[in-house]
Amino acid sequence: MTFVRLQEVVQNLSCKFISRLVLAGVMVVVTSTVTGTESENDVQKDRERVAAVVQHATDFSKPEAYERRSGGVATVFTSINADAFSSPSGNMSFEKQFDFAVGNGIFRKIWVSSPSSTQSSDGLGPLFNSRSCQSCHIKDGRGHPPAAGERAESLLIRLSIPPQNEEDQAAIQTRRTSSVPDPVYGGQLQNFSVQGILAEGRVNITYAEIEVELSDAGIASLRHPTYEITNLHYGALHPEVMLSPRVAPPMIGVGLLEAVPEVDILALEDPDDSNGDGISGRANWVWDVKQQTVALGRFGWKAGQPSVAQQSANAFLSDIGISSPMLPKPYGECTEVQMKCRNAPHGIDTATNSSEVEQQLFDLVVFYSRNLGVPARRDLDDPKVLEGKRLFYEANCTGCHNPKFVTRRDSVGEEQSFQLIWPYTDMLLHDMGDGLADNSPEGVANGREWRTAPLWGIGLTEAVNKHTQFLHDGRARNLLEAILWHGGEAEASKQVVVDMTSNEREALLAFLNSL
Amino acid sequence: MKSVKRTPSFKFAVVGLGTLAMMACASTDSSMKSSASMAEKDVLKHYTVLAHAMYQDSLTTAISLEKAVIQFIGNPTEDNLSAAKSAWLDARVPYQQTEVYRFGNAVVDDWEGKVNAWPLDEGLIDYVSGEYGSESEENPVYVANIVANTSVSISGETIDTEKITKELIADTLHEIGGVEANVATGYHAIEFLLWGQDLNGTGPGAGMRMASDFDTANCTNGNCNRRAKYLKVASELLVDDLKWIVAQWAPGGDASEALINGDVKEGLTAIVTGMGSLSYGELAGERMQLGLLLHDPEEEHDCFSDNTHNSHYYDAMGIRNVYVGEYKRIDGSIVSGPGLSSLVAASSADVDAELMSRLDETMDAMGVLVKSAEGGESYDQMIGDNNDSGNAKVQAAIDALTAQTAVIEKAVDVLQLAAIEFEGSDSLDDPEAVFE
Repeated sequence: MTFVRLQEVVQNLSCKFISRLVLAGVMVVVTSTVTGTESENDVQKDRERVAAVVQHATDFSKPEAYERRSGGVATVFTSINADAFSSPSGNMSFEKQFDFAVGNGIFRKIWVSSPSSTQSSDGLGPLFNSRSCQSCHIKDGRGHPPAAGERAESLLIRLSIPPQNEEDQAAIQTRRTSSVPDPVYGGQLQNFSVQGILAEGRVNITYAEIEVELSDAGIASLRHPTYEITNLHYGALHPEVMLSPRVAPPMIGVGLLEAVPEVDILALEDPDDSNGDGISGRANWVWDVKQQTVALGRFGWKAGQPSVAQQSANAFLSDIGISSPMLPKPYGECTEVQMKCRNAPHGIDTATNSSEVEQQLFDLVVFYSRNLGVPARRDLDDPKVLEGKRLFYEANCTGCHNPKFVTRRDSVGEEQSFQLIWPYTDMLLHDMGDGLADNSPEGVANGREWRTAPLWGIGLTEAVNKHTQFLHDGRARNLLEAILWHGGEAEASKQVVVDMTSNEREALLAFLNSL
Repeated sequence: MKSVKRTPSFKFAVVGLGTLAMMACASTDSSMKSSASMAEKDVLKHYTVLAHAMYQDSLTTAISLEKAVIQFIGNPTEDNLSAAKSAWLDARVPYQQTEVYRFGNAVVDDWEGKVNAWPLDEGLIDYVSGEYGSESEENPVYVANIVANTSVSISGETIDTEKITKELIADTLHEIGGVEANVATGYHAIEFLLWGQDLNGTGPGAGMRMASDFDTANCTNGNCNRRAKYLKVASELLVDDLKWIVAQWAPGGDASEALINGDVKEGLTAIVTGMGSLSYGELAGERMQLGLLLHDPEEEHDCFSDNTHNSHYYDAMGIRNVYVGEYKRIDGSIVSGPGLSSLVAASSADVDAELMSRLDETMDAMGVLVKSAEGGESYDQMIGDNNDSGNAKVQAAIDALTAQTAVIEKAVDVLQLAAIEFEGSDSLDDPEAVFE
């Protein structure tokens, strides 16, 4: 299948160029980018080139150069099927695909409870939301809210309470923590547990339908969720507890987002809306465990994690109950009040006293995560798609869904180095209005703010995950509903979509589906 | 043996851009045509002949397995169970040799999950030990146990499982909920039903299924009727699926035709892609290195039957087959013809000799695993913690596969298939462009 795509690519190139290449017998190999010291001159030259190439489009009569490659050279050309999000970065060397394969094995690995005969595979829980990475990031893609009667697995509930004292205040203000956990249940509700330990509770969701009138297409209906925790096995939740439901986001391209220069993200901040477009945008600042310092938040629905590694360590700990060298707590998310859980058997190998997931395995799963490739765009020269793109820009969706970045040269992985990428996010926090508010602050983010979600690959959700449920808790049942949920800073853009003709809306959706 | 993944293609990153370019610009440069030599076409044709023979043998042995299963469930004695197990083991021999066709050929890659998905969450199918599944008192999929339940609730949907049919297990249950662990069909589902769970960890011993689990008159562990039905249906389905793939590779079949009539370099690239990807990412990496790192018996390919040594051995043999152009059929006859080796040798006798040596060394290293297993140390014991000599044997096989991959890359160069990565093209097209 790869070859069909290739053929297409090659045939798109000019014959003149190809002939030149062939006749000269040139062997072109992907240029591995030079890292390390660069002269100031080079840096300045880079900045100018980058600034030119990330300019927003003004000509919608044809696709832009390189637009097809959402992930730059790391873009993958795959069949459009359930495996579309599971390919390694397109520019990964064959040698490193070995590590990717082993990392994939760990990502899908189902952890077992301790004690087990297998020292390196146990350590699950005692409390957990899921038994493997891939159970939430289904097919490396997007999770979903539980269907009626189903137990939530790829959706979880974060728990927090307002700061209770000066110590809490100080921890938040210095960014050493992003939120204050529930004193009994911790920072997250785990609805599964190992044998002999009670799960914390159960998530119940009820939906109410809300009607939204569209200009010429009748009425759309949105489902508004209400969350309730039942079967609480450790007593009452704190009276001021705040619930923040989150589905597992898709994994593609996270390594590229990690490599976006901080300065380029901060350049998009406009906290006081000085340009008067109604859109502000500000960065989240969070604690970097490895660096022991405050760092720019990049990952998670509220940009609460600074790196792919820390995001992974947190997910291991809170979601699966697996300790890692970065977060070495074998009891996972059990609080001091949950003593039975704290004292339950854990998976730390007493002989080596290593973590439940050892450094080597952890590094492999992070490598894997960082390299899940972004699929190439489809149909980008379709007139309808181009029209939708124009409307997307005209409605100022690009005010938050920033089309392009260029990644840094000295990225963690060479696959991510100096690529023009098209994630359609500014990586910043925006007030999204009351409708979407979870009223749960996280770091800098207040209860109405969310990080702009990347849109690359969004049109493949159905192919990969067999559903089209979007937003942080999967409440939107299709892309139009997701747009109609936008409020706050996005209110004006949303209104433009409401006022569009049906044809225009279709074109806009065609564009989104081509991403 | 829980969770599943058919690796999404670890493609060998080789592309004959030159040839593709010729296709695009054939009218401007006719001199390029000569490279599609007869010898190359013959190699491609023989590659399809080998595929057809291997898949035919896979089908033949699957039909024998189906017969043995019917015989067993009609008369569920321990002897008949042994006969069915032995038919399953025989069926793995040709099938594993076909795995080299997976990665270069989308037709195989898109299909193979139905027959060889692994590892599987056996609790979906049948009863499991009390320790298994204890992590979740309420996880519906994990303890679905189709054999015991005439309806199960999965992903919020109630599924009528009263009638166990091919449609139910293939279309509804297989990978239900997008969870790859939910394997309901194929060799490994049948393997689990015949052997039962292997509860011995990295200690000696395979699964301990009793024939009476299928004995409706003196049924052990309940639902013998439904268990027998499941086994029968899964065996029939395997035969159906293999019939389909045999037709693809038969003369005139879609897969054969596409290779024979398609672009020659592309076809040759498919061959090396299959050899390289199976050697390296799939077999050496995901199937072997991971299990060794974890010392985890769950990371054993044919875990219920303790047949992993053969599974790996015949995977490696398949790689050698397509290179040499030779396959020993189940009746002992030899299918022989021009393999990729002949093309490599024509350009570089040295590279051909080197690759032959590496392939033979891999077979030797795999042979050590087989010999150890037959001598009483099964694969899951070899990868166990604190078994240095066992670990070393497995590592040697991984190293041999890695070494042969490096020479496969040399062969790619010799055949002039390689070294052009298409991703570079855009910026080269426009030298002023910023991005590679």
